[in-house]
Amino acid sequence: MDLIFLQLLTGLAGASTLFLVAAGLTVIFGVTRVVNFSHGSLYMLGAFIAWSILSRLPREPEYFVLGVLGAALATAVIGALLEVLLLRRIYRAPELLQLLATFGMVLVVQDVALWIWGPVDLSLSRPRWLRGAVEVFGLRFPFYDLVLIVVGPVVLGLLLLLFHRTRWGLLVRAATQDRDMVAALGVDQRVLFTSVFALGAGLAGLGGALALPQGSANLHMDLSVIAEAFVVVVVGGMGSLTGAFLAALLIGVLQAFGIALVPKITLVLVFLVMAAVLVVRPHGLLGKPQAMARGEVEALAPIRPAGPALHVLGLVALVLAILAPFFAGPYLLSVLTEAAVAVLFAASLHVMMGPGGMASFGHAAWFGVGAYAAAFAAKGLGAGMAAGLLLAPFAAGALALLVGAFVVRMSGVYLAMLTLAFAQIAWAVAFQWVEVTGGDNGVLGVWPDAWAADKPTLYWLALLLCVGGALVLRRALFAPFGFALRATRDSALRAEAVGLDAYRLRWVAFGLAGAGAGLSGAVFAYAKGSVFPTYMAIPHSVDALVMVLLGGVQTMAGPIVGAVSFTVLHSWLLMGEFWRIKLGLLIMALVLAFPAGIAGAASAAWERWRGRAP
Amino acid sequence: MAFSRRTLLAAGAATLAAPALVRAQSTSAPIRIGEINSYTAIPAFTVPYRMGWQLAVEQVNAAGGVLGRRLEVISHDDAGRPQDAVRLAGALFDETKVDLLAGGFLSNVGLAMSDVARQRKRLFVASEPLTDALVWEQGHRYCYRLRPSTYMQVAMLVEDAVKFGAKRWVTVSPNYEYGQSLVKWFKLLMQRHQPGIEFVAEQWPALGRIDAGATVAALAQARPDAIFNGTFGPDLTNFVRQGNTRGLFERRPVVSVLTGEPEYLEPLGDETPEGWLVTGWPVESVTDATSQAFIAAYRAKFGEMPKMGSVVGHATITAIAAGIAKSGSVETEAMADGFKGARFPTPFGEAYWRAQDNQGTLGTYVGRTALRGGKGMMVDWRYADGASAMPTDEEVRRMRPV
Repeated sequence: MDLIFLQLLTGLAGASTLFLVAAGLTVIFGVTRVVNFSHGSLYMLGAFIAWSILSRLPREPEYFVLGVLGAALATAVIGALLEVLLLRRIYRAPELLQLLATFGMVLVVQDVALWIWGPVDLSLSRPRWLRGAVEVFGLRFPFYDLVLIVVGPVVLGLLLLLFHRTRWGLLVRAATQDRDMVAALGVDQRVLFTSVFALGAGLAGLGGALALPQGSANLHMDLSVIAEAFVVVVVGGMGSLTGAFLAALLIGVLQAFGIALVPKITLVLVFLVMAAVLVVRPHGLLGKPQAMARGEVEALAPIRPAGPALHVLGLVALVLAILAPFFAGPYLLSVLTEAAVAVLFAASLHVMMGPGGMASFGHAAWFGVGAYAAAFAAKGLGAGMAAGLLLAPFAAGALALLVGAFVVRMSGVYLAMLTLAFAQIAWAVAFQWVEVTGGDNGVLGVWPDAWAADKPTLYWLALLLCVGGALVLRRALFAPFGFALRATRDSALRAEAVGLDAYRLRWVAFGLAGAGAGLSGAVFAYAKGSVFPTYMAIPHSVDALVMVLLGGVQTMAGPIVGAVSFTVLHSWLLMGEFWRIKLGLLIMALVLAFPAGIAGAASAAWERWRGRAP
Repeated sequence: MAFSRRTLLAAGAATLAAPALVRAQSTSAPIRIGEINSYTAIPAFTVPYRMGWQLAVEQVNAAGGVLGRRLEVISHDDAGRPQDAVRLAGALFDETKVDLLAGGFLSNVGLAMSDVARQRKRLFVASEPLTDALVWEQGHRYCYRLRPSTYMQVAMLVEDAVKFGAKRWVTVSPNYEYGQSLVKWFKLLMQRHQPGIEFVAEQWPALGRIDAGATVAALAQARPDAIFNGTFGPDLTNFVRQGNTRGLFERRPVVSVLTGEPEYLEPLGDETPEGWLVTGWPVESVTDATSQAFIAAYRAKFGEMPKMGSVVGHATITAIAAGIAKSGSVETEAMADGFKGARFPTPFGEAYWRAQDNQGTLGTYVGRTALRGGKGMMVDWRYADGASAMPTDEEVRRMRPV
């Protein structure tokens, strides 16, 4: 009994920490609809700044409070700057583009933090009062954890007061419900958004600063916290503070008991909880169906097949790609092979994201399933490369259909997060089922058959399969299927009224996207010679998103342009120093310059030019 | 055969087009080592590691290089992703024309690079990856590994761990291959040396995301006599702080891998628990001439104390230099045979490449943690030679299929 109580208290302390991180994220999303990937970076900055302040202050409790608040304030200022300099300029851009900008921010902060604070983990020497424990049923419980248990609800209370008892809060709630109406009534949205972003960033900083006494400020904090913060926000219901608090409680307490009962569950527990909650309650515990921000729908002009000029351009590019082995060196060829794989990977995500209107944060799952299917065909069954390449899209597609049955009922960020949950579960299976998958040591020796072993042949094969696959997907999007799919995206109600089965269309699109990604994964496996769980980890899913957004969601050429430019940029920058900050700044610059993606901007420029021509 | 003007021109053009080839043929051209590591993903280890190999390259070249040629290291960041390491390895072989490949921190990245080396029949010297598979299950003739593996680290500790005479053990280790392999070997070797030992609970925190409070509470609940720890880095700091406050480590022996390494001990600061049995490097208290010379040279160049990573980086270069010198050539097949048995100096003293499995015999220090003047350090330490922490040759043969 006493042990259970102690674990409960431990869970509550964990819940408070989770809530502090998630609160800022949910506030920001609620008002600005920005999926802020850099929230973890702000959390990390909060911890580092707190270390810089607190290691110079006396060790009494009042100075500790002062230092933590100072760190939160500093992070809030950084958040406000991020909003003013970057995000403000792209609110009119297609949905999720801000995600790309914040992804750039993540990369920049990683290098900046390394440069300022160095590579060593920085821990704060804890004064006696921070080290102490209180006796609970004869067992020791850290005093600081008790403090955290109190801080969570206090922060929740203060935020609720702020939102319900001040004019500013009233405006924020109004903007959460209908941001265009608030603007129409003469409220300066820019001030509102900046202040909300600063508040959210400040909360992240507060979370980071409060986590410092429990461990250290280190360069891994950003990515270790971001996924769980998203899970809490989504389980609670996006934009709902009380929901986030409940979700944090649920996850914190389950975690405390879960690892005592099933120690190996640590990798997936939170994602299992999220999947379970979302399958039962598609909008989270306290979430409401997301009010569609007006203006988003009308912005989407139908995609037309490319005109003759673009056809010629595409053909020239294809011919150049086919001839590449005659002028490209072996390294460039391996980059191009990866680019071909990326084209199909991005194009398959685009089927869901563009015409399907379903963004996925877990697209790497299907890529990974395809890669493992190829690996098993090669190593387990002893079948040849052809069998592996054939098996992969079916395996990935079948699994995608299975998962899709749950996922496609949802929309927006909830759908994206449910795909993330399933991808994490798949990743954990690959990671922990060591006997079959080799765990994180992966499957080695998945090299191509002798006939395709030399670089040019492998490249041509990749080109054939991946560009061919992308063309098949493109064909599907210009078939009645594609148009029907787009109809369900733009107006599910009207689409149903004319007799389209929205659920089935989206479901098939999901399966198709999965199969495409699976094929690209199989090609990748043979190009690299090995398969690892990292192929289906979150960063790889983010890569796919970045490619599609960089190229432009609402054009057919977008994913292709995005995939090629991202692959080439990444592999080129990786050869030099400080590649993260360079890539991050470049992505931010591209987002600012081409809010509709590179291909989107090019096609707009083309239209303008043609419009002026006689 | 008479040369026509046209052939001469063509030959000239080919020479211009392939300057790297020409450089490689001249005997005074440097020996090129391609190096790949997780510089951005694991900076706490790899930044000191880079400084270590930079120092070694400088020293080797100042002493006249190897086979009369200078050493040159071309280094890249793999961002912690095996697929990037594979591509970069290709670039180093094909474009940069390196003579051999080195590096690696994460086990999966190391294995991916090793697999490329096997496929392309080129030499790969793994510096840091600790997985046993690298030289055993997945071992092959072209892959050498410098650092003591998970098996060796555990074997070095077991000898002293048995002396605790503890019966009920719990384990806590990160939930990935490294952590799983540590616990597997620890259980196996302890049961071999101390029949009747019990493992009553285990915790598997996700790497970098330990829920320290709950982990400590769950371990305490099992009422163990002793604890085996495999966590390191940020997870370790969190674990130690919760454990200290909750009294988990009081009157309980703790056996902990890597904890004595400066990069992991330093963040523990004034909360370093006393009396843990650890592997690491007592950088402040080693007094032998070899260590002192290394530390002095390192501090003179970089103005800070070396870390474990610095030692690994430094020894990687000296081990390669010695291997090449013994092979008498940088031709891959000559090196694949010639490295075997080559003896090389390291900051920890002389070591060699084992002939039976290409494992380096670089050891590590085993000692107890202590708190001196608000800082953690290692005391009562001894140097555990890698050569004596190996399974029998018979066992190695069974595990290594080649």
